[in-house]
Amino acid sequence: MIGSPLRLLLRNARLVDPATGLDQPGSLLVEDGRIAALGPAIDATGGAAGEGVRTIDCAGHVLAPGLVDIRVQAREPGDEHLETVASASAAAAAGGITTFCCLPNTEPPIDDVALVDFVSRRGSTIGLVRVHPYAALTKGLKGEALAEIGLMAEAGAVAFTDGVRPVADPRMMRRALAYARNFDALVVQRPEDPSLARGGAMNEGELAARLGLPGIPVEAEVIMLERDIRLAALTGARYHASLVSCAKSVEVVRRAKDAGLAVTCDTTPAYFGLNEVAVSNYRTYAKLSPPLRTEADRLAVLAAVKDGTIDCVVSDHAPFDHDSKRLPFAQASFGGVGLETLLALLLEQVHNGALTLMQALAPVTERPARLMRLPVGRLAQGAPADLVEIDLGRAWKIDNKRFVSKGRNTPFDNKPVQGKVVRALVGGRVVFQG
Amino acid sequence: MPAEPIFRLPTRHLLGIEGLAPPHVDAILDLSETYVETSRRAEKKASGLRGRTVINLFFENSTRTRTSFELAGKRLGGDVINMSVEASSVKKGETLIDTALTLTAMNPDVLIVRHPDSGAVKLLSEKVRASVINAGDGQHEHPTQALLDALTIRRRKGRLSGLVVAICGDILHSRVARSNILLLQVMGAVVRVVAPTTLLPAGIERWGVEVFHDMRRGLDGADIVMMLRLQRERMDGGYVPSPREFFHFYGLDRDKLARAKPDALIMHPGPMNRGVEIDSIVADDLDRSVIQEQVEMGVAVRMAVLDLLTRNLQGNEPPGGVPAGSGR
Repeated sequence: MIGSPLRLLLRNARLVDPATGLDQPGSLLVEDGRIAALGPAIDATGGAAGEGVRTIDCAGHVLAPGLVDIRVQAREPGDEHLETVASASAAAAAGGITTFCCLPNTEPPIDDVALVDFVSRRGSTIGLVRVHPYAALTKGLKGEALAEIGLMAEAGAVAFTDGVRPVADPRMMRRALAYARNFDALVVQRPEDPSLARGGAMNEGELAARLGLPGIPVEAEVIMLERDIRLAALTGARYHASLVSCAKSVEVVRRAKDAGLAVTCDTTPAYFGLNEVAVSNYRTYAKLSPPLRTEADRLAVLAAVKDGTIDCVVSDHAPFDHDSKRLPFAQASFGGVGLETLLALLLEQVHNGALTLMQALAPVTERPARLMRLPVGRLAQGAPADLVEIDLGRAWKIDNKRFVSKGRNTPFDNKPVQGKVVRALVGGRVVFQG
Repeated sequence: MPAEPIFRLPTRHLLGIEGLAPPHVDAILDLSETYVETSRRAEKKASGLRGRTVINLFFENSTRTRTSFELAGKRLGGDVINMSVEASSVKKGETLIDTALTLTAMNPDVLIVRHPDSGAVKLLSEKVRASVINAGDGQHEHPTQALLDALTIRRRKGRLSGLVVAICGDILHSRVARSNILLLQVMGAVVRVVAPTTLLPAGIERWGVEVFHDMRRGLDGADIVMMLRLQRERMDGGYVPSPREFFHFYGLDRDKLARAKPDALIMHPGPMNRGVEIDSIVADDLDRSVIQEQVEMGVAVRMAVLDLLTRNLQGNEPPGGVPAGSGR
């Protein structure tokens, strides 16, 4: 889809690939949009250099697989004033994300073959980054009737989820998992029992009580997660829990994995970078779903990213306009943008010493690619040349006024961070240059 | 005239395939063959049921099965009465057992019973003096359908043993599937079931069948492709997302059928949903489809079953009485 006939040599790079554990200086040669060769010897032999080869000097920066972000709301069709596939693609490229999967929470929802096809085509027409649509698990995301999972899988839906709406009815969830198993399709759910969470605005606990805000208990998340895992075990389906936010959920996922179930999960940097204190002063930009939890939860989530219990880290990009956030806390929308901050917030943990570079990059490269069965996310000969060049040392400040995304609603505005995307390539073509 | 009794059924009732052994099945099918001939004559009458009263007692709508039994009873010279109980006493609050006792007082010889609840026909059989034939109970059994399918296959293929039979579609709700699986297995056929996971009962892998979710693979090398009816209300997202998705993955079309043996037979218990579980081109393919033949075999098999069961009734006892294992 996105290719370049040119040969391109990226030299003087620090090649980092979590898929193989590679971390060494060297060069990478791109031919016809794919990785033709990589390693320390490419420069020395000069075999690659010559006529028709363009050269980029990476100045010793990290050259890693482009990021794969499996939780993005692109808002198209229906809410193009908030974001479009085009603006999300540009924001993704700026964030070093070369592949993203977008949720079906659009208007109309992506619950039909034609809409799956529409979003895929929008992605390739724009031609910046690779865009893979999720499709609805249930018709109209209503949680009442199975969507056409088989037909939409054939049309290119990457996995199935009702997105921000969990499937509440256990009987429906069981059927959906059983039916998805027919096609070996992945079912993604953000677990939160709607009945327990109803009316809540932030994490239930002492702080919520002091602020006088209605709380959402961690049990809302844990109960549905446990239920789903039992149903996944019953049906043999592949199940992925999105946005694990607390210590108890981490424990539940860890047990499921120990039992050998096909269960995976993700989180977003907010849950290992912030805790519920961020919503003090009624800061609606830190109003997320699930809500930011306690410091103990934050540390548990961070440890789970480190040990791999949490498989993937996602941006959970949820663009809103100011009107949705400049409201009394309880009335404001849940969610924040994240495409342009995902990498920097992971690298923050590297600079802190909490994660190694490999531990930070694996959950945004090879693991999500493997989960979604996409041929990207690794530096391998023959793989698509989807790459990100990162200046690990460069300091900058997150400034929502400079976002490429139409969304400005980040809980991390004005945060100083370290590590910036220098360049992003998709299929060997430079799609972002910082 | 039918041949002299070659075998006697071990029970007074035919409640299911479960409990029948290969000799019983062979005996029923052998006798059925003679009734196929009878039914093809201009003079279709036989006399095995002369003087007998047969009641078609249907607690659930049916045209095909009821008509088939009615014809079978009449061709054997019996008096056949149809009772559609849906429209009568049950509506007035009479229980199943009350109905049974009332009917017994009228001294029928055979009750042919269809009921929407699994096990209801057995319950009724315990309360009546007549022979009871299960014409379909809930999602449990429909033995005469399995027998007519077996007769159709045996006539075309010469045997049942060793054949690969793929039963496709709504296995979960199908009494036809259950009876067929039991009968085909006891007769030595290899049975496969092909269905989406949502239309398979839990634990089916322990029935000794091969389970397939991919129809193409399930039909690979099959001798018989047996389609089941999928009710419309099960295609609106509860079990299957839509008729078009079902047809795409589980509808029998030429492309999928090409995976079966070149001389594979296509069967369907009817009524068909064309364009949902079966493509018209395939259903109407005279070289492959035996769907009409199944209907013809239905009458013959039901004549044989009526004949054999009434031989066990009082007044028809052979010298030496009823064989051991009788259901009396």
